[in-house]
This record gives sequence, structure tokens and C-alpha cells, in this order.
Amino acid sequence: MRTKYIEEIAVKVLMAVSLLTVFGLVAGIIWTIFHRGWSCISWEMIFSLPGGGFYIGKEGGFLNAIVGSIYIVAASTFLGLLVSIPVVFYLNVYLKGSSRFAYVARLAYDVLFGIPSIVYGAFAFTLMIWLGMRTSLLGGILVTTLLIIPILIRSMDEVAQNFPRDLLEASYALGATRLETMGVVLRQIMPGIATATLLSIGRAIGDAAAVMFTAGFSDSIPTSLTQPAATLPLSIFFQLSAPQAEVQNRAYAAALVLTIIVLIISLTGRFITHRFSKNKI
Amino acid sequence: MANIRIAKEKTVGGVMFVMTALSLLLVVAMAVGLYFKSAPIFEDHSLWELLSASEWKPFKNKFGFFPFIMGTVWVTGIALLLALPLSLLTAAFLTEYSRSWVKRWVYPALDILAALPSVIYGVWGTLLIVPWISDKLAPHFVEYSSGYTVLAAGIVLSVMILPLLVSLLVEIFSTVPQELRDASQSLGATRWQTTKKVVIRRSLPGILAAVVLALSRAFGETIAVLMVCGNLPQAPHSLFDACYPIPTLIANNYGEMLSLPLYEAALMFAALILFVVVLLFNLLSRIILYRIKKA
Repeated sequence: MRTKYIEEIAVKVLMAVSLLTVFGLVAGIIWTIFHRGWSCISWEMIFSLPGGGFYIGKEGGFLNAIVGSIYIVAASTFLGLLVSIPVVFYLNVYLKGSSRFAYVARLAYDVLFGIPSIVYGAFAFTLMIWLGMRTSLLGGILVTTLLIIPILIRSMDEVAQNFPRDLLEASYALGATRLETMGVVLRQIMPGIATATLLSIGRAIGDAAAVMFTAGFSDSIPTSLTQPAATLPLSIFFQLSAPQAEVQNRAYAAALVLTIIVLIISLTGRFITHRFSKNKI
Repeated sequence: MANIRIAKEKTVGGVMFVMTALSLLLVVAMAVGLYFKSAPIFEDHSLWELLSASEWKPFKNKFGFFPFIMGTVWVTGIALLLALPLSLLTAAFLTEYSRSWVKRWVYPALDILAALPSVIYGVWGTLLIVPWISDKLAPHFVEYSSGYTVLAAGIVLSVMILPLLVSLLVEIFSTVPQELRDASQSLGATRWQTTKKVVIRRSLPGILAAVVLALSRAFGETIAVLMVCGNLPQAPHSLFDACYPIPTLIANNYGEMLSLPLYEAALMFAALILFVVVLLFNLLSRIILYRIKKA
């Protein structure tokens, strides 16, 4: 046999090995989290607040972190969509494809997407000190909003760029202004908006480094925007650094909860991209 | 009527322009904010001194970033070394070899890897990688290792950047025109020869851009690394030493930093280093990627 055929076979084997590694990693991570978390979890942990002596292994749960995360994620996703939908619309309908400004804007969002969340956290923290704010739910919401805006814009923009120009022309031809064309555009990029939203929810719920500085941590559920709030990733992190096995076990249970949430979000995202596209031309 | 409609269109357009411009200003605001916050540290220390000194004793006014920089370099280096061959092979398989049913399984798997929060990777690392290193791997090489090492952080990071690398590489490989592949194969080249000599060679700038992007992602990763790296302020000398990359430095000390003005400035300087490096890396690679997409 010639060497090129031997090489071909060797490469095929290597590719199979690397594919198996990818699947093995996914299965291994999920199995580790489920295996370890399943033996620790109980309803009491999910539905109760930390009791006295929580961090030395007494009773209680991490409801504070679950609710805190939900508050932050819901509010910041809403605010993020409020900013990013108009921006995407502006970039794709108001500006021409050759626009210099659109090029710079896209570049900036790509760069912002790459900035690590700890830098967002540090930056927001200095802003908050400057403004005289303390670590609070509001701070957490704002920094998470900043963090997800680039994700929302980028992934919606990707869909919007493939938007058929003919539809725009048809709408203009009927006398509609660019603004009035929004309905047509929104309907077309709906699946894009849905997947972008899910993507950003997944990122927002898993982020720990930015909220560490800004939302702080608390053992109770915040009742106003100025109170500090706990988040699920930070609660896992803090509990895991405790020496007691009971506290660590709760961290594994919390990790299981977070993993399940993220898996559901990720799988729904896949499903939506397939199903939601029925309006699409 | 028409006037109102046009006025509405113009106003909304203006508002949207302001929103877009403001979000662009965020990049500038970050740079300026971090610079001013870290400015006090430059009064006592030169930039070169900060970057090259290796003693970190904030309460004695000694701020040497060298151990942290080395920690970051080691960890990202290992992550890239592990992830790059794996992702090149996977991406080449997906674009050049695979049938669609395989793709239907691979993409969701990569989606899951991309979606898992970094704290979960940290938990996985402490549960699986750290004990594996300290019990199985390290005893072959060194007398004792806690497992919380450069290697553990590198392995965890390599898994985290894997989905990003694969998706970028797949995108880049798909921009290579099919005619080039056909031409190569009609001359008798095997699939791998085509992949190697045509697809990969043509994609080299793109591969470089993808690598730089993945590097900058690994650079800023905080929580997962924090949980497995050992957090000792020393420049690592082997795979089995503990380390202390820059992001973990910021995360670990943010509570303490308010006690000393210079301490705060030093941590903000750490954030500034991250920001500048990531900004430059991202600009470079995105511009390359835009060029490739256009062509």
C-alpha cells in the first residue's frame, strides 16, 4: 500500500478518537455532576432558605440563590432585549450593508463579547463606587445586562444579515417607512430572537465573576433593588470552599440544579431553531 | 399624515443611533475607567517593574505581577496545546468527512459544552481532574502534588475553549470553495491530502484568528480556574505546581482591596492588563475573520 493510504487510515482513526473524546467529555461531565449531585439533593434544599449555621453544615437550602439568579436573569434579559432589538434593527434596516459605522459597531460588539466577565465586574464595581452604590440586586442586574447585550446583538444580527432584501423592497414599495417595516423584519428574525434570548439566559445564569463584585451575596431573598442578592453559581462556589462535607454536598446539589436548568435551556434552543422557522422564507 | 410618519421614522432612527453609539462607547468607557482607577499605582511603580517583579505583598507596597502573568501563560498554553489538535481533527471531520447523521449528534454535544457554566466546569475539575492528577498521574513524576495544579487548570480550560474553537474552525473550513477540493481530488489526492494541503493551508490565517480568540477566552476565565489552580502566588516551574492566574487574583481579593488604596489600584491594573490583551487579540482576529468571510 502507498503511504498516502496508510496516512488516510491513521487520520480517520485519529478523527474517530477525537470525536469520541468530545462525546466522552460531555457524557463524563454530566455524569459526574448528576452522580455526585443526585445522592445529595433533596426538596428541602431547593425550597428553603439557609438556616442558622448554614455554612458549618446545619439545615437549610439555597432557595435564596435560585430566586436571586431568577431575578437577575429575568430582569437583565428583558433590559438586554430592550436595547439590542432596536440596535439590530438599526444596523440591518436603517444602515446600508456597506456602512462604515455598521462595520465598526459589529466589530465593537464582537470585541465586547470577548471581554471576560471579570473585567465587566471590575469595571462595574468602580462605577458603582463612583456613584456611591453598594453591592445590590440592581448592580447585578445592570452588569449582567451589559454582559449579555453583545451576545444578544451578535446572534440576532447573524440571523438578520441573511434577511431577504426583497421583503424590505416590497414593504417600501407599498409606501411603508423603514420603521413601519419593523413588523415584517421582527416576524422574519423571530427564531433568531428566541435562540439569542435562550443563549443569553444561559450565559447570564452561569456567570459568577461579574455578579461577585456587583450583586454581592446574601442569605435572604432580596425584597428591594438596593439589597444584595445571592446567585446560584456563587452559592455553589462558596459552599464548595467550606471544609465540611455537609456544606460541600449542598454545593453538589446546587450544581445539579444549575446543570439541569442550563441543559433544558440549551436543548430548547436547538428545538426552537428547528421549529420556529416556519415563517421564514 | 405623511409628515408625522416620516418624523416618527426619523426620531426613532435617531434614538436607535444613540443606543448603538452608546453601546460602542462602553469599550472606551471601560478602558478609561480602568485606567483611571489603576493610575495611582504608576506613581510609585514603573510599568516594567510591575510586570517583571515577582514579590506580591500588598501590605508592604510590593506589587509584582510576574507570578500571575506566568500562571496565566502556563495555563492558557496548556489549554491550547490540548484543545487545538482535538478541535482541528473534529472540525476537519465535520466539514470534510462526516455524514449528516453524525453532525446531528456532534453539534448538540458541542452546544452543551458551550452552554455549561464555568462553575460547573470547576466542580467537575475538583471532582474528577484534581484527584486524578494527585492520585494517578503526579506520583509517576513528582513526590507529592495536591492535584490543584497548572495541569488541572489547563485541562479544564481546554474543554471550555473546545466548542468555541470547533465552531470557528468549522465556519472557516466551510468558506474554502468546493472546486478547490474537487480539483485536488481529481488529481488523485486522498481526502486527507486534500484536507491537509488545500483546506488547512488555505485556512491558515483563519486558524490563527480562531486560536487567538480561543486564547483570549481562556485568558479571562475566572471561576473554573480559581477552583482548580491552587492559588499560590508563585511562577510555576512544572505541570504539577500550583499557580495563580490574573483573573483569579482579582476575584480572590476584591473584598480585601478596599482596605488599601494602592491595593485597589493594583487589582484594577490587573483588570486593565486583561482588558488590553483581550481587546488587542479580539480586534486582530475579528478583522482577519471578517476578511475571510467577505472573500
